[in-house]
Amino acid sequence: MTRILGFWRSVVGKKVVMGATGLIMIGFVVVHMLGNLQAFLGSEKLNAYGALLHGPLHEVTLLLRGVLLAAVVLHIVAAVQLTLLDRAARPVGYARKVPQAATPASRTLRLGGVLLLAFIVFHLLHFTTGQVHPEFIPGDVYHNLVSGLSRPLVALFYIVSMLALGLHLYHGAWASLRSLGAAQPAPSPLHRPVARVLAVVVWLGFTIVPVAVLLGWLA
Amino acid sequence: MKLDAKIPDGPVAEKWDRHKFEMKLVNPANKRKYSVIVVGSGLAGGAAAATLGELGYRVTCLCFQDSPRRAHSIAAQGGINAAKNYQNDGDSIWRLFYDTVKGGDFRAREANVYRLAQVSVNIIDQCVAQGVPFAREYGGLLANRSFGGAQVSRTFYARGQTGQQLLLGCYQALERQVAAGTVTMRPRTEMLDLVLVDGVARGVVTRDLVTGKIESLAADAVLLATGGYGNVFYLSTNAKGSNVTATYRAYKRGAAFGNPCYTQIHPTCIPVSGDYQSKLTLMSESLRNDGRVWVPKTAGDRRAPHEIPEAERDYYLERKYPSYGNLCPRDIASRAAKEVCDEGRGVGPSGLGVYLDFADAIGRVGEQQVRERYGNLFEMYQRITDENPYRVPMRIFPAVHYTMGGLWVDYNLMSTIPGLHVLGEANFSDHGANRLGASALMQGLADGYFVIPATIGHYLASTPLPKVDTGHPAFRAAEAEVTATTRRLLSIGGRRTVDSFHRELGKLMWENCGMARDAAGLKGNLQRIPELRAEFWENVNVPGSDAELNQALEKAGRVADFLEFGELMCRDALEREESCGGHFRVEHQTEDGEARRDDERFCHVSAWEYQGPDRAPVLHREPLTFENVHLSTRSYK
Amino acid sequence: MKLTLFVWRQPSGASSGQLVRYEAPDVSPDMSFLEMLDVVNEGLVLRGEAPIAFDHDCREGICGSCGLMINGIAHGPMKGTATCQLHMRSFKDGDTIYVEPWRARAFPVVKDLVVDRSAFDRIMAAGGFVSVSTGSAPDGNAIPVPKPDADLAMDAAACIGCGACVAACPNASAMLFTSAKVGHLQLLPQGQPERHRRALGMEAQMEAEGFGGCTWHGECQEACPKGISIDWITRLHRDFIAATVTQREESAADAGF
Repeated sequence: MTRILGFWRSVVGKKVVMGATGLIMIGFVVVHMLGNLQAFLGSEKLNAYGALLHGPLHEVTLLLRGVLLAAVVLHIVAAVQLTLLDRAARPVGYARKVPQAATPASRTLRLGGVLLLAFIVFHLLHFTTGQVHPEFIPGDVYHNLVSGLSRPLVALFYIVSMLALGLHLYHGAWASLRSLGAAQPAPSPLHRPVARVLAVVVWLGFTIVPVAVLLGWLA
Repeated sequence: MKLDAKIPDGPVAEKWDRHKFEMKLVNPANKRKYSVIVVGSGLAGGAAAATLGELGYRVTCLCFQDSPRRAHSIAAQGGINAAKNYQNDGDSIWRLFYDTVKGGDFRAREANVYRLAQVSVNIIDQCVAQGVPFAREYGGLLANRSFGGAQVSRTFYARGQTGQQLLLGCYQALERQVAAGTVTMRPRTEMLDLVLVDGVARGVVTRDLVTGKIESLAADAVLLATGGYGNVFYLSTNAKGSNVTATYRAYKRGAAFGNPCYTQIHPTCIPVSGDYQSKLTLMSESLRNDGRVWVPKTAGDRRAPHEIPEAERDYYLERKYPSYGNLCPRDIASRAAKEVCDEGRGVGPSGLGVYLDFADAIGRVGEQQVRERYGNLFEMYQRITDENPYRVPMRIFPAVHYTMGGLWVDYNLMSTIPGLHVLGEANFSDHGANRLGASALMQGLADGYFVIPATIGHYLASTPLPKVDTGHPAFRAAEAEVTATTRRLLSIGGRRTVDSFHRELGKLMWENCGMARDAAGLKGNLQRIPELRAEFWENVNVPGSDAELNQALEKAGRVADFLEFGELMCRDALEREESCGGHFRVEHQTEDGEARRDDERFCHVSAWEYQGPDRAPVLHREPLTFENVHLSTRSYK
Repeated sequence: MKLTLFVWRQPSGASSGQLVRYEAPDVSPDMSFLEMLDVVNEGLVLRGEAPIAFDHDCREGICGSCGLMINGIAHGPMKGTATCQLHMRSFKDGDTIYVEPWRARAFPVVKDLVVDRSAFDRIMAAGGFVSVSTGSAPDGNAIPVPKPDADLAMDAAACIGCGACVAACPNASAMLFTSAKVGHLQLLPQGQPERHRRALGMEAQMEAEGFGGCTWHGECQEACPKGISIDWITRLHRDFIAATVTQREESAADAGF
């Protein structure tokens, strides 16, 4: 127990936790995206998928939700603590500082994380519990999806958030493997082809749904 | 003053072992009752501090840098010698001993050199165990390269940064002792005086370079490992901070200074490019393994190197010294470079340079192999000169690099002041009049890891050391003197900067006490230097106060000492009427321009004793006897 | 060349500082950056002003003393180069150059451009060594070390401890330094007996000094004059995980280093 606590208290330990929880969330995001894409197969398929998760696989869903919730909480707590630590590590900044390697993705990681948290809260209230969805019908996933995203402002929020998700993944997926010590040495360690593909696929896979609704492909 | 080298009896190969047995020991429980101050944290000082800490002594180690890891040992590139004979090429302790005595032009003590060769093998073992990443063969065993002045491959290396890696090993051992509480490390602290109580060295006066506080430290023994004085020339390959202050102030307190005129001019440095130049950069001697040195055959040939056909090039080292060729010792290679430049055959904008050409090596083993061997040196050269040495031959010129002279010490590394021990480049050393490449690291570590830990115990166990603390009047007096000097420097408020004096002194030293010396030039210096010194004390401008980080003040104190020390060097060079090793007197050369030693009159160590500010120092001589290596004229032909 | 400098001036750690403008009217492209500052300082002294304090020593890129933030880039615009090896030919006539000290809580400013990097020494004292006292070493060739391991260890050991990694890191993290120091010894057989306590001890000390954590920007790697790769940080993470999982509880008697 002291060992686990010591690990959690250390900077490197927290980074490892962030990496591990990050990978769990990436797994979820990919499955979620594949689930979403069933919208293009028609309302029956999507609603059947929803019914499957809440019916026969209910216990599995609950368990996975628990794991996911724990991952989200740990990821956020570690991120907040590390951010505070990092801020404190440089009380006086530079008059001039020109990034040499940092990417827009790495530099917006924290901001993107906050945006994603806001998005997740909205998204849950929108499509899972329905509080902010005026036309919410429990169980009719396809209807909720199409009616929810047919409002341009909401769709725009989804599209922007997915951009943030893509950027977060572009840096985070790569960084997670590094933090877990799993990345192999490379001549140019900053190159990250897999993370790039993942980020683009996830971004496209999620963005195509609100775009399709706006364009009237899904109705 | 009587110089007693205290060389043990017996055959040279048995002296050290016998001496180790005969010396008194300090009981393990008593070691913590003794305190030792180590000044300097390079290979000699760092190794000594760490090892004495391991043994249980209470050690305080000072360095002027912000961390002990930055001492100038770090800049050594090429390697460290050891008589391991791993290459089965005929090496032995005896051969390393022989090469070093001969390389030093028969001006070193046989017994010391033999001991150095003996412990060289232990040094490699120790460094490997510490995790020094020496170069290795594919079989996993240690690799060697050859180096100047030897016909065997006995040099161990870690890319082009052997010094850094050895120093890091030493620094890691030191930090281990800091963590264990046996060593107290005081970085950014400069020693400004030595304190004697009843004729015995019992402490130092220091200045905290951040707060300016003058403070004394008392101990049972003081070790100086403060490096060499090459910066008396202003331009040298030494670090900017390297200085003579600690050893010179010990000299003023009564420690004899040995062979101050012995300086090593390294043949392969990057030539000077302008007046603003602040230091010279060395290109490792290991480059001479594969690089060929040449100049055009005709004087005034200003063609670009690739336009000069093979037949019009003079590979002068290969021509003059066929058996050693480009690998002849440093003093010889430097002088040969000076000669061809004096003949007007020098290359580069200033005419003060010769080519070091890798075209043949690249043709023979390929660019990749050359890059592997010397990549970082080539990069460094390109950064400084903006020329690509893979395409254009390097331009090199000799520069001051190392000083063989230093405080005189006996076989136990103790100076003429009881309790004051001197290690590494700071002592007058085992290199005689010329040091072979890759031997400085060896000597520093030998002194620090293996010699002083044995001999200091004998000193402490056999000397009555009444308790002394910094309240003693001797400490008060020394502190007052240091404070007065500091205040005086700050109060002058003249019109010249410290650097301008230093540059002027350096020029005088380089021109008249550098690669070639003659009586007229040296006498001129003996007149000019005191004048310059007088002007310094009237016209120097040292801004700021003594209660802050004041780099101008630090420099001023060091240059003030150089201004006195330069005179001592010239005096020694004038007095030594022979040519030996790095000391070349124009009046004493053979018909073909080689150094001519005078063993009848000068087979001795010159040790100078300070007599006071306005009186000439007194010369003492320690005769050198050669029982094992026959005194002969050095020949690398 | 004629240059305009904005240099951070701060009389001491306790006082406040500011950027001060200086003109450098006569700069040769062959000067090193520090030689350019030398010339500016000579002028300041002759005008009776305090010269700019900056750390430097070997001036050949190996001692790690120098280190300046030059126009927002640690050690300036030339990659793989310490400040002392940066030459003025990297700048153009008329350029404006900002010169600032390394900024980190763990590197407090001592004066002007001089900072206190003793935190690095304390990280080393927390396990950055092989516990082998002088005299106890076996023959140098007793333990073969595969050449690739020795070469890789050398890559890490090339670190000169200048602190540019910390200076460049948006989080002022010392992970590149610490990981290189840990990594060098972990790769060698001599470093094995202490590998776990080394990884844990040095990481803990790094945190205690107040450095930030790594967020994988890669800025450190770009700033490093010795080209040390962030792969070393990955290795440290791996070592740290392994050490946490497999560490044995130390008995109270030998818990201290």
